[in-house]
Amino acid sequence: METGYRQFWEGYVLIENTKCACGHNNPVGTILCEYCGKPLDEAIKNSEQTIENEMRYEGKARRSQTYTTSLFDKTWAFFSSVKVAIVLIVITLIASGIGTIFPQETFVPSSNPEGYYEDEYGLLGKWFYLIGFSDMYNSWWYILLLSMIGVSLVVCSLDRVIPLYKALNNQKVIKNTEFIKRQRISHVEKIVETEKEHKRTALIESLQQKRYNVSVEDDAILAEKGRISRWGPYINHIGLILFLFGVFLRFVPGWYLSETMWLQEEEVKKIPELPYYVKNERSLVEMYEPHELPPGSENQTNFVKEYQTDVTLYQKDDTTGKLTELKKGQILINHPFEYEDLLLYQSDLKAGQLSGLELAVIDKENEQEVGSFSVDLYDIKANQVYHANGLNVKVKSYFPDFELQGNQPITKSQKPNRPAFVIEVTDPKTKRQEVSWVISGMDFENPQDNQYNIQLKDFKLVNTAGLIVRVDRSLSVMLVGGIVSMIGLVMGFYWQHRRVWVRVTNNQIVIGGHTNKNWYSLRRDIQSVAETAGLKIKLVKE
Amino acid sequence: MVQLMEYMLLATFFLYLIAAVAFVMGTRGSKEDDKTERMQKWQKIGVGITIAGALLHLGFIILRVLIGGHFPTSNMFEFTAFLCFASVIAFIVIYFLYRSAVLGAFVMPIVVVLLGYAAAFPRDIQPLIPALKSHWLYIHVTTAALGQGAFMVAFVAGFIYLIQRFGQNAKGKQAFWLETIMVLIVMFIGFSGVSLLFEATGYQSVYKHEVDGQLTEQEYELPPIVAPNGGIPEEITPFWGLKEALFEAPAWMIGQKAALTLNSVIWAIITGAILYVMLRLLIRKRMTQLVHPMTKKIDLELLDEITYRAIAIGFPLFTLGALIFAMIWAHEAWGRFWGWDPKETWALITWLFYSAYLHLRLSRGWIGTKSAWLAVGGFVIILINLIVVNLIIAGLHSYA
Ligand code: HEM
Repeated sequence: METGYRQFWEGYVLIENTKCACGHNNPVGTILCEYCGKPLDEAIKNSEQTIENEMRYEGKARRSQTYTTSLFDKTWAFFSSVKVAIVLIVITLIASGIGTIFPQETFVPSSNPEGYYEDEYGLLGKWFYLIGFSDMYNSWWYILLLSMIGVSLVVCSLDRVIPLYKALNNQKVIKNTEFIKRQRISHVEKIVETEKEHKRTALIESLQQKRYNVSVEDDAILAEKGRISRWGPYINHIGLILFLFGVFLRFVPGWYLSETMWLQEEEVKKIPELPYYVKNERSLVEMYEPHELPPGSENQTNFVKEYQTDVTLYQKDDTTGKLTELKKGQILINHPFEYEDLLLYQSDLKAGQLSGLELAVIDKENEQEVGSFSVDLYDIKANQVYHANGLNVKVKSYFPDFELQGNQPITKSQKPNRPAFVIEVTDPKTKRQEVSWVISGMDFENPQDNQYNIQLKDFKLVNTAGLIVRVDRSLSVMLVGGIVSMIGLVMGFYWQHRRVWVRVTNNQIVIGGHTNKNWYSLRRDIQSVAETAGLKIKLVKE
Repeated sequence: MVQLMEYMLLATFFLYLIAAVAFVMGTRGSKEDDKTERMQKWQKIGVGITIAGALLHLGFIILRVLIGGHFPTSNMFEFTAFLCFASVIAFIVIYFLYRSAVLGAFVMPIVVVLLGYAAAFPRDIQPLIPALKSHWLYIHVTTAALGQGAFMVAFVAGFIYLIQRFGQNAKGKQAFWLETIMVLIVMFIGFSGVSLLFEATGYQSVYKHEVDGQLTEQEYELPPIVAPNGGIPEEITPFWGLKEALFEAPAWMIGQKAALTLNSVIWAIITGAILYVMLRLLIRKRMTQLVHPMTKKIDLELLDEITYRAIAIGFPLFTLGALIFAMIWAHEAWGRFWGWDPKETWALITWLFYSAYLHLRLSRGWIGTKSAWLAVGGFVIILINLIVVNLIIAGLHSYA
């Protein structure tokens, strides 16, 4: 287990290793000796250049660089490349941008998107739809892009963070002078032996003053600060992985639900896909009072202050079929109703819709009202009988949205936009029956010999709430991902990992520095430290 | 109170302007010997006034909260003015890290231009619509704006870097694009100037047109060159014999204020072009050549680092504000933490862009010129999000 693990991560094969002049045995693929830092790689050993690039992962062997033969190795190497990550990021970026040229299908006010895009945006719109850009963010290839970024994040981070962690945890104070001289910032100066102690203490003290952690061993100094900066990107990436994981969890059945429903005041309806029922107690729209408006806009009217719906949530008992109340509550914009995993939002509110009529039965002879009855326009059963002061009234036909087509009465929809009825009035005493039409917005001529006229007396308006029903159980995973990611970003960006190595021998001082970012600031640090020790060093322009 | 608030804004504007002048003075040493001392004096004055301006700006924000009852980031004027504030804060932070007068000499004038641009939009306080009533909204917008403020400083540092390297050239691709940026800045100035002029004369014209089946009025604060699609003139104040718009906005511009925006853009181009031509006649060289001497005294590597540092400071803030807080708010308001609304998508694009920048810099060695251009590009994306997406593409966020 142990060797297999080490082979996997480090390319550590016991027989083939690279021995440094200092006597340390390094794993295959090591670029800078793990112990003394001396360049081992032939190409680097012989060049004059700095080892800045090699320093990024402390010259450690990385799996992706060491093993490149099998298919797995190749895949690993592919996803561990930052170049590939950048390409994936840029493709996602460009695709996302293209997706906003025209509105996405979810924002389009049409049930026939194919025609809509062509009608509205012409040929470009047609192709936008045909290529699938109109529902881009749910398309298989967009999700594939995100998944590839996810895989890349995992592989890339593992490939680097483990060697890096080992290297930084086992740092040696004494580094080979070759290693120090080849840093991006370095300086070598001849000194005379008598100055040695003085300069050494001056360097140590001023480094400590700049809040470096200073370690001293023999003639060597190592000053370090802000190491946590190095873990920042990896912690950030873990957060991003968690977040993406949360997004993909939504595809697990039961983890994510998003439905919409319309609910009239007083109405009780089953919530789609869930064992709950919900009742709309009331829905209302509140306007700003003139005195509540900020100075300057008092004269403007019709500013909505709040949309509100009060609801009660029930559960149905399977055996008795009775509803038991679970929770009462209100929904405001920005304040959904919550019950365990279930969230109810208000996405729309239709105010003042016709829901009921009160009709009066008038005796034609004396123009007197005989009686009246109420109908609920959403709940009229065939041949239902109403009672109006001793008369029996039966609704024989009901047309919620009445229209005449040719000579045929029809209904355009099930919405009571223009209700019309065929009504039969029976007098139980005389057994006399008569039939008449009632059509809203129209004085229909009923048969001359009818005794009664039926007239609109009053109407009832209701508000209807458009609700979004949502269950999203991976929200907490995504939230944790976001928090972790932020911690990583702050660690990575608000700290910098700076190190200074010094070797003070009898006749020379070698000083070199490395940082993971902000080289100018490190230069300023080293310059001011070196000046206190009286070194003639010029690293920054004034 | 309202009057006091307007005065505070005006005073803030002038303090920023004076700070800009002081910083410019701080980059121009005349004689060799007294150069540093004199420059440092100007530089100190510059920072002092910048801080005073920021405090006054804060006072303006607080007063507006008191009057309006909500945090002022809910329309174009409020948000843009807040972006100026965020940029100034970011600049002050960066200034104390690197103490560069040159940076101030460019940041502050651009802040002045941006604040002028903000003031060109209607400034009266609007009551809040229900969707905007949430603490998360303010937390989200302010944090995102602070991040964008840092990106703005990065843009300026990158711009200075490029001017130092290429600004003296009269030819070449780099110099050409730098001058183009200058022209764009001049257009912002032209637009703000002409808007404030017309505002002072109380100019107004009204068109009516249909939005989502409802007849809506569009109030023009600049003479209409372009009318809304299918717009009917309601009340037109003639200007220079122009009694009616010259043409209509195309139908595909679906933003509620598309025609107004297009009209503003046309005015910006016209006035910008006039201003620019006059300037060129006056200075007889490119604007980049004019400002190039100011940039000479600063180390290129320092500029490169300021660009990166500003982005490094802005990136976590932007992530927190524009993505994480935005998702929390969207979750509360609409029941989904992400809806691919154009504004949201463009925030994501901005974020992906800067993350590509960071990766390119870190592992592909994109420093110096490439890095500077990316910093400029990033800010252009932010402006697209602010102007184009807000006004031309319809979305849930589109500011009234
Ligand atoms: C879109 C999502 C990503 C974001 C927002 C992101 C963000 C970051 C950030 C902020 C840094 C630190 C940069 C710096 O210190 O200057 C970073 C570094 C890094 N990222 Fe990412 N990253 C993302 C995706 C990826 C992916 C998919 C990979 C995998 C290939 C990756 C690999 C790396 C590596 C290797 C580093 C450098 C670590 C180091 O050398 O210290 N990133 N990333």
